[in-house]
Amino acid sequence: MPVKQVHLAAHFPGVNNTTVWSDPRSGSQIDFGSFVSLAQTAERGRFDFLFLAEGLRLRELKGGIHDLDVVGRPESLTVLSALAGVTTHLGLAATVNSTFNEPYEVARRLATLDHLSGGRAAWNVVTSYDAFTGENFRRGGFLDEADRYTRAAEFLQVARLLWDSWSADDIPADPVTGRFVRRGAGEFHHEGRHFDVSGRFNTPRGPQGHPVIIQAGDSAEGREFAASDADVIFSRHSRLEDGRAFYKDVKGRLAKYGRRPEDLKILPAVTYVLGDTEEEAAERAVEIRRAQVSPQTAITYVEGIWGRDLSAYDPNGPLPDIEPDLGEGVSKGRAQFRGDRGAIARKWRAQAEERGLSIRELVIEVTGRQTFVGTARTVADQIDEFVQSDAADGFVFVPHLTPGGLDDLVDHVVPLLQEKGVFRSDYAGSTLRAHLGLDAPHPGPAAMPRAGEVAS
Amino acid sequence: MIHIHLAAALDGAGWHPAAWCDPAAQPSRLFAAGYWAGLVTEAERGRLDFVTFEDALGPQSSRFDGPDDRVDQVRGRLDAVLLAARLAPLTSRIGLIPTTSTTHTEPFHVAIGIASLDYVSRGRAGWRPQISSRAADAAHFGRRTFPVLSREDIGTPAAKAFVSELFGEAADAVEVVRRLWDSWEDDAEIRDVSTGRFIDRDKLHYIDFEGPHFNVRGPSITPRPPQGQPLITALAHDVEPYEFAARGADVVYVTPRSRTETAMIVGRVRNAEAAVGRVGEPLKIFADLVVLLDETASVAAERKEMLDQLDGAELTSDAEIFTGTAGELADLLLDWRASGLDGFRLRPGVLPYDLTGITHGLVPELQDRGAFRREYEAVTLRGLLGLPRPAGRYPATS
Repeated sequence: MPVKQVHLAAHFPGVNNTTVWSDPRSGSQIDFGSFVSLAQTAERGRFDFLFLAEGLRLRELKGGIHDLDVVGRPESLTVLSALAGVTTHLGLAATVNSTFNEPYEVARRLATLDHLSGGRAAWNVVTSYDAFTGENFRRGGFLDEADRYTRAAEFLQVARLLWDSWSADDIPADPVTGRFVRRGAGEFHHEGRHFDVSGRFNTPRGPQGHPVIIQAGDSAEGREFAASDADVIFSRHSRLEDGRAFYKDVKGRLAKYGRRPEDLKILPAVTYVLGDTEEEAAERAVEIRRAQVSPQTAITYVEGIWGRDLSAYDPNGPLPDIEPDLGEGVSKGRAQFRGDRGAIARKWRAQAEERGLSIRELVIEVTGRQTFVGTARTVADQIDEFVQSDAADGFVFVPHLTPGGLDDLVDHVVPLLQEKGVFRSDYAGSTLRAHLGLDAPHPGPAAMPRAGEVAS
Repeated sequence: MIHIHLAAALDGAGWHPAAWCDPAAQPSRLFAAGYWAGLVTEAERGRLDFVTFEDALGPQSSRFDGPDDRVDQVRGRLDAVLLAARLAPLTSRIGLIPTTSTTHTEPFHVAIGIASLDYVSRGRAGWRPQISSRAADAAHFGRRTFPVLSREDIGTPAAKAFVSELFGEAADAVEVVRRLWDSWEDDAEIRDVSTGRFIDRDKLHYIDFEGPHFNVRGPSITPRPPQGQPLITALAHDVEPYEFAARGADVVYVTPRSRTETAMIVGRVRNAEAAVGRVGEPLKIFADLVVLLDETASVAAERKEMLDQLDGAELTSDAEIFTGTAGELADLLLDWRASGLDGFRLRPGVLPYDLTGITHGLVPELQDRGAFRREYEAVTLRGLLGLPRPAGRYPATS
């Protein structure tokens, strides 16, 4: 059997606690130069794509803006469109929320990015339902949690209808015949539970037809949405056995939608730390963990579970002896802590007492396990092993530094993967679909039955 | 002589509906980045202040509302904000002003989109807010039902009330966007390792806008953009839009047909400023003109005639249509300017032909008369227009 090819994506470091901003090498998270630098490094490494996250409301803690992590980012599609001008092959993936947007606009913005990048656009479809984020938008918290995937699925269905409302040859633009456009190009009609829309889509079909669709949810609904509708799924399963179970589960869901296993790429989000020796890498990994979890961050994290102000506690001392307040909590705008906080607190106490861990040491222990720690050789071997043993099709690397966080991966690990023959030495195609080995979507209305079209 | 400001309005193959059939046009490239890169770098070579990008949330149409099913004119557009962003790294001085809808697009998305354009262009972003009154476009969103208006309906009380409501909503959108841009103080990012704080959260502000169409809490997710406030520009033909511009814009585009009418319109704009109690910098007033430029006036007129024949109708426009030589256009601009204009937004009849007519013909002509810059004198769009970088509106914390 031929070896599987590895797919690599890069996450721009930003608003999360993987990013270390206190390091002297940490650059701006907002200046365009940082984005150019990281994108060009990823392209030098022949990565499949660069991925930008999104958050439409600043996170809050104890009634104020969360101030300990990186805060502030640009609008992803705008930055990716600019990056299309300074890269030639790198895929450009934007996270765009399906709750606080409308299909017509999102579809035309993604089609635009696809045109302007020569077929390199991707869309990470995310959903939210919270009234907290909704306070920045017209309709506020209009959506029940139970409806967020039904809206997302219908949103994507409408977006695909819009992209398919033009076919690739709808613009003859022939001055001799005087015909610029096919009659009826862009016509669409959709009536559904969440959307009742009709008219003319006004952006012609992009080079990829449809941008690459990415889904990141890990729930059963999220997996099903990916199996029916996505080209790429991000996951958090970065242990080999968990990864294999997830891979098997998700790939197993494809057949009932008439799709083949290779039609959906599974890319876990991972971190990495390199050293000249295993010991050096391990030491660096510890240093990075300490930088990621400052004393203040440790207290804040425990406050998230305890639901109380714990600012009087010493981060280098033991966990609070008071019981958690299991009321509404102190943290807003992030998805975690929706589980049983009381149970988590009991588990942490047991763990801390058994091993004599301080608050900060415990938080370092229980958060953000690093995925690949070692020499370039051992990291390359592990990446390859994951992919060849069907625990992943590749990875989304989440660097901890802006913008230089991919440098040593690209300089030292990528060449080893290329040597093994499991990663491209140069781009073979020009579109992101080509990089990912995905088929083109169907060619649009001229070739398809035009179901749902307005009778005229 | 005080320099005049010059901008080019870019749209499709040019502003004549038959422009795409002109031998100088590039109709098969209208959705390719390279086509737009050629136009904008040419405008920058000509030292223009800025270019604008038209946009709408529905196809172009010769009808007042709804698609017209014509196949012999350009149909289809790219998202203007993303188009402007794509061109930002290829240029270094020229301003980039996309159009967005205040009717259907969320103000929060516009605010972060234009702020991001300001970041990727390093201080050269502007915005042209525009209302969307077409019922056909509203059906693309399915959230609101609008009346189908025809040209004859303009001026009826019902149509006036409807348009008034859209302008009221547009004014609220501009207010929200401006507040969001100011919602981060310039020095909010502190990276203070000793306290573990990345930002000083007292320097971020909730905007708490409440209005009849939307409430927006804030703050922005994007830090204050390089210009503080990117340039806001508005096209206006009547008192209500003049007042809309006077409330929230930095630049207004007007459409006089003569020098006399220019003076009258400038007077109305100044009255609108007084009526809404505008404080600070007065509006910069630009006149819009459709231009077809050639070596002789008769060649330009014949070219327009030929395009009119191709389209099957004489060109009509909300703005005055000029055909002639660069020298004659320079005469006209300087003459009208004397009635109180700051500059002109020229709409090239055919692209790139008439844009080159501006950069290679009109610009040197004006430079020779000491009326236009030879080199860029600033690195931001506000700077090119002589506008200062404004302080934020929220009281600075110490």
